[in-house]
Amino acid sequence: MIRTPLRPLARILSARAKGENPDAIERANLQARHEIIRDRSRIMAEGRLMILGFGFFTCFSLIGVQMGVVAATEPAEPPSASVGPAIAAQRADIVDRSGRILATNLVTHALYAQPKMMIDPVGAAEKLALIFPDLDAEQLKKDFSGTRKFLWIKRKISPEQMQQVHEIGDPGLLFGPREMRLYPNGALASHILGGAAFGREGVESAEVIGTAGVEKTFDGWLRDPANGGAPLQLSLDLTIQATVEEVLDGGMKLMNAKGAAAVLMDVHTGEVIAMASLPDFDPNERPQPLTKGSPTDSPLFNRAVQGVYELGSTYKLFALAQALDLGLVTPTTLMDTKSPMVWGKFRIHDFHNYGPSNTVTEVIVKSSNIGTAHIAQLIGSARQQTFLKSLGLLEATPIELVEAPTGKPLLPRKWSDLSTLTISYGHGIAASPLHLAAAYASIVNGGTKVSPTILKSDAIQQGPRVISEQTSATARGILRQVVVRGTASFGDVPGYSVGGKTGTADKPLPKGGYAKDKVIATFASFFPSYDPKYVLIVTLDEPVEASGDEPRRTAGWTSVPVAAEMIRRIGPLLGLRPEVEPTPDPTLTLAKN
Amino acid sequence: MRNFLLVLSLGLVMGLVFWAYRENYKTQAEVADLRALQSEVGGLRESLGVLNAEWAYLNRPDRLRELADINFARLGLLPLTPEQFGEVAQVPYPVAQSPELTADPALPPDDATATENAIVAALEDTP
Repeated sequence: MIRTPLRPLARILSARAKGENPDAIERANLQARHEIIRDRSRIMAEGRLMILGFGFFTCFSLIGVQMGVVAATEPAEPPSASVGPAIAAQRADIVDRSGRILATNLVTHALYAQPKMMIDPVGAAEKLALIFPDLDAEQLKKDFSGTRKFLWIKRKISPEQMQQVHEIGDPGLLFGPREMRLYPNGALASHILGGAAFGREGVESAEVIGTAGVEKTFDGWLRDPANGGAPLQLSLDLTIQATVEEVLDGGMKLMNAKGAAAVLMDVHTGEVIAMASLPDFDPNERPQPLTKGSPTDSPLFNRAVQGVYELGSTYKLFALAQALDLGLVTPTTLMDTKSPMVWGKFRIHDFHNYGPSNTVTEVIVKSSNIGTAHIAQLIGSARQQTFLKSLGLLEATPIELVEAPTGKPLLPRKWSDLSTLTISYGHGIAASPLHLAAAYASIVNGGTKVSPTILKSDAIQQGPRVISEQTSATARGILRQVVVRGTASFGDVPGYSVGGKTGTADKPLPKGGYAKDKVIATFASFFPSYDPKYVLIVTLDEPVEASGDEPRRTAGWTSVPVAAEMIRRIGPLLGLRPEVEPTPDPTLTLAKN
Repeated sequence: MRNFLLVLSLGLVMGLVFWAYRENYKTQAEVADLRALQSEVGGLRESLGVLNAEWAYLNRPDRLRELADINFARLGLLPLTPEQFGEVAQVPYPVAQSPELTADPALPPDDATATENAIVAALEDTP
């Protein structure tokens, strides 16, 4: 840069020659130079300010945006925190109605081997065979010395066994953590719970999937992490279930039956409080299905839900209730009970001859097939079908068990007039004990339909009305008479005012026709009869009561005493105080001249 | 003045650096702590599950029934029956602990009055 001299010689000399002050020239030049410097530094400062301003603006915008983001997002733990070990309990627990555990998880280990990493394959194989007697040492030696890189040895091992394997000390024997499904109560409620097994397996974890019962029905729900580990609450009551199973088991052995089922249901909510089917199994060691013979003989078979049987005279209630509701009969109407009743080539008999005619109440109390068939004639086939359908007796129960759809009632292929007659006393139609429980509940609870459920729900079901409240009360009165002085007289439990109806049906033979000495004995009961709270169905398969001179097979001698003992035991557990039955108000007795 | 501002801002920067450094390490320590806590929670939850399962196993109705049978001589436990329900009215009204108001039935009433008279006489005799 060429600096302009402050005192240019030419101008100084000429100014001196003119007699002017040369300093003025210097000052003027200096001022001009300062102005240039000032302008330049001003531009520079402005530029710097701009850059600084831009920098500040960017910084503050970044901070502002970050603050906005922080304020707008949900608070969450730092992502580094969730890298920790996976929290246990992947499958939710199953609990009973008061929160007692029916199924839970336990952490165990699976044992696997990587033969390539093994130091002493032969020794390890021998020691493993000592720890696990069911393993074959020769087979293990072959596996360990072959070309396999990986093999499972045991799916589940106990901590003691794990320690013993640790003590072998072979680096090729490795453990993978496993969640195991545990049913701490053993065989209790086994048919309802079902069971679980391992699905896809990895080294670090394995899927636990339900194989039957509620474990399978609610498999997705139980495995859904969105539920936050909330347990699945069933309507069962552990104590009552245990008592029902104990009494049923005792009763089954006492009556020499080969199988038994019981259903205890709340008549208003439809909750199944207890449901048992014998023989049963331990869901911790779920047995394999039978490969030969009838699947109905397997302990896996749930007689209460899957077992469809002709339930015999217990069906007479439905004919009675419908005829009363339609106004076709009253409890005092006389019905023809002349034995035998002839319909075409078919003859209908009674267990005894009950005389030429009986009132409707007596027909039910004495359990007359002929009288009921005459009532069914008044109703007719179409109305009977509609009524049984409205009670849910013509399709599988909607209970939340995976087996429920297989318990589909067996119906006559063609619903003829004869079918109408036999169905009225429970022959020619088959349903499960659970069907019967729901239908009885619907009739005695005041006449609104109840669907059985296995989940806890405190709300009273507001089902469609099937019969009027008045009919329900009349039917309850007649069923109470059955227990007081009829076929179910062993069923009277002091204080609980039991009402009910017995049913004894000959078992159909596989080739057709009916067995002479094999029956299904059922007692459908409810208590207390004046204000029903629970329905109890007890069914025995091929019972024989052999204390008398000749074997007795009727429900009155077999199922009824078992049911009575059950009610005596579970009544207090249900919190029912034994009460004196209210007698009808004497001032309001109807008098007829 | 300018130097003072310079020193002040430098000090401020040093202070902020120190603060940020400490915060950074504190955060890392907290995260490590959190991870340890979470693994502890996981472990505790697992052992809680085991304890719950064990509780349920030990309280299974079959076992309790067997125990009640084995210890029947000492405990005398029987299943709950309807007869065990009672009415409040069945409980006898507690007997009053106050002394009897009537005279001792062992004493004939005549004797009682005689004794009373004797006491009254004795009291009147005393000066």
